[in-house]
Amino acid sequence: MKYKTGNLLAGIVAAALLSMPALAQQKLKIGFISTFSGPQGVIGADMRNSVELALDHLNRRVGGLETEIIYGDDQFKPDVGVQVADEMMKKHQVNFVSGIIWSNVMLAVAPRVTGAGTFMIGTNAGPHQLAGAGCHEMFFTTSWQNDQTPEAMGKYMQDKGIQDVYLMAPNYAAGKDMLTGFKRYFKGRIAGEVYTTVNQPDYQAELAQLRSKNPKAVFVFYPGGMGIQFLKQYSEAGLRGQFPLYSVYTVDELSIPAVKHAALGQLETRYWSQDLKNDANQKFVGDYRKKYGGKTPSFYGAQSYDGMLLIDSAVRAVKGNLADKKGMIAAMRKADYKSTRGKYTYGHNHFPIENFYLLKAVAGPTPTADPVMEIQATVFKDHKDAYGAACKMKW
Amino acid sequence: MDFILIAEQTLNGLQLGVMLFLLAAGLTLVFGIMNMVNLAHGALYMVGAYLTTWFYQQTGSFLLAVPLGLAGTLAVGIVTEVVALRTLYERDHLDQVLATFGLILFFNELIAILWGRAAIYSSMPPYLQGHVQLVGELRYPLYRLVIIGVGLAVALLLWWVVARTRLGMLIRAGASNRAMVAALGINIRLLYTIVFGCGAALAGLAGLLAAPIFSVQPGMGELILIQVFVVIVIGGIGSIRGALAGALIVGMVDTLGRAFLKPMLSTVISPSAADTAGPALASMLIYLLMAAILAFRPSGLFPSAR
Repeated sequence: MKYKTGNLLAGIVAAALLSMPALAQQKLKIGFISTFSGPQGVIGADMRNSVELALDHLNRRVGGLETEIIYGDDQFKPDVGVQVADEMMKKHQVNFVSGIIWSNVMLAVAPRVTGAGTFMIGTNAGPHQLAGAGCHEMFFTTSWQNDQTPEAMGKYMQDKGIQDVYLMAPNYAAGKDMLTGFKRYFKGRIAGEVYTTVNQPDYQAELAQLRSKNPKAVFVFYPGGMGIQFLKQYSEAGLRGQFPLYSVYTVDELSIPAVKHAALGQLETRYWSQDLKNDANQKFVGDYRKKYGGKTPSFYGAQSYDGMLLIDSAVRAVKGNLADKKGMIAAMRKADYKSTRGKYTYGHNHFPIENFYLLKAVAGPTPTADPVMEIQATVFKDHKDAYGAACKMKW
Repeated sequence: MDFILIAEQTLNGLQLGVMLFLLAAGLTLVFGIMNMVNLAHGALYMVGAYLTTWFYQQTGSFLLAVPLGLAGTLAVGIVTEVVALRTLYERDHLDQVLATFGLILFFNELIAILWGRAAIYSSMPPYLQGHVQLVGELRYPLYRLVIIGVGLAVALLLWWVVARTRLGMLIRAGASNRAMVAALGINIRLLYTIVFGCGAALAGLAGLLAAPIFSVQPGMGELILIQVFVVIVIGGIGSIRGALAGALIVGMVDTLGRAFLKPMLSTVISPSAADTAGPALASMLIYLLMAAILAFRPSGLFPSAR
């Protein structure tokens, strides 16, 4: 009898142990990688704020499942990004890895994640390799392919008949993509093309070279903190009045508070703006301001918010059965959720086909308020990236 | 035209050089005299930038903000030395590196808590804006000329203190033989605190000069600190003269490399190859220089006597 009781107890314990993975399966785990430390940490903060807001809107249950989110700091380093992603997959057994600001980090992390059979939902970086031959059915992005945004600016400047443009960008994967995209639509004369070191503090030497070339206009890509330095020094060097400056990912809601009037009148192209008139966006921007003391979100935030909603739509479509990866892929391909940019579709390489707008930093509502970004015109409707042809994925 | 450009880039190199010097002077003294690797030197640069920007916003007067910011950084430096670093002098370099790296994280997070993670708005006073007509066509931003002037004045002052005063004598003696200085009845602890505080104030001065033209945000110190380490390695650890020479050399080589290496390369190799090689080589240049100098003079250009 005693022997039997022992057996029974052992059986109960074994049953309890066996059922634990099944219970754990009901929990959704998302790893979110961004840059939270150092000079670019401000971007990561905006992304995390937006992820948290999305979780609030979903009642902390993404796809109806209990959700755990694990944040990881890549420190703007590809090797650290890979380590963080490995830890998320091995230690935390995440179902999705999301986030990632930088193209060089994305290029290192995405193959690792998709290769392990885990979903990679990018919410910023769009290196051309992943849109072309390196596309993967487990990779989706809620942002754009790098070339698309500068393509819009290239087209705008081409249409305006601007000649002699001087190009500047930091020397890394996205910097190359940005200038390539610009030149795809801008056919006028290029007065010079300069790549600077990533996170370089001072641009004075390059600005002196620029002045000596005497171009008609300047086009730059300086994301995050780099944009703040660049805009300040461009102003300080007295170049603003001399050479009109056009940019992508340089003047945004994160850099404007730090440069204020130096941003006024600046033109950018972008797929999203805080003043886009759709319900999802009004709700996102309004609630973000409410939750974070009146701060305006940036596109980094909008994309990250969308990323959570995209995952939500996928998990809902398979009724919480996280083992049904095919089902989730099929669901995400429909982009069937309320995106902050409005309705969009996915190309067969899982990059969005979306509109691109011309934005301008205009004076804020009160004389002391910071400038705000507002849409001036639509440059591209349903714009597709240039690399899809090289992607062999079929659906 | 070309002469103007070269002259302007030389001024840019000089300006970067004096900026690096202000940081390197404190770092090299701390390293040379206390035998202490202080990775958190960049954090003090950040503290200087934040305090001055904040005081400027509060008082509306740049001239008032500068001494307040300097005094503030000096105080932060002294408190850091007394609270955290004093216990580390006898430990080996790895412990010091770990502890001061911890200080970097501490200061970055503290600043993020106090002012937020986003860069704060900073500007220069109106009377320092604009350009100055130097010779002929050469116009140069007034503010950057001020930086050069302040940097050279500080170099002169430091030379005077180190070479001509009793404090300087103790500093030199401390760099050569610490045990002997202590044996002669000098309060070496107080000397350490003074030297560290002055180093912190110099870093703060660099930070406050940088604030109006750079982005004032957590982590801003790390961006420039690597170059500062290159400077003190080239100049010779513990030597102010070495720090000045190293800073000017690094400033010039880096600036002129960024400006002229690509055009020069394109006359030798094809322009497209120069496009790729130019920026890559320009960003490596100071490290190549450091390697070359170390190969011929392992203890730097002006090693302090040991």
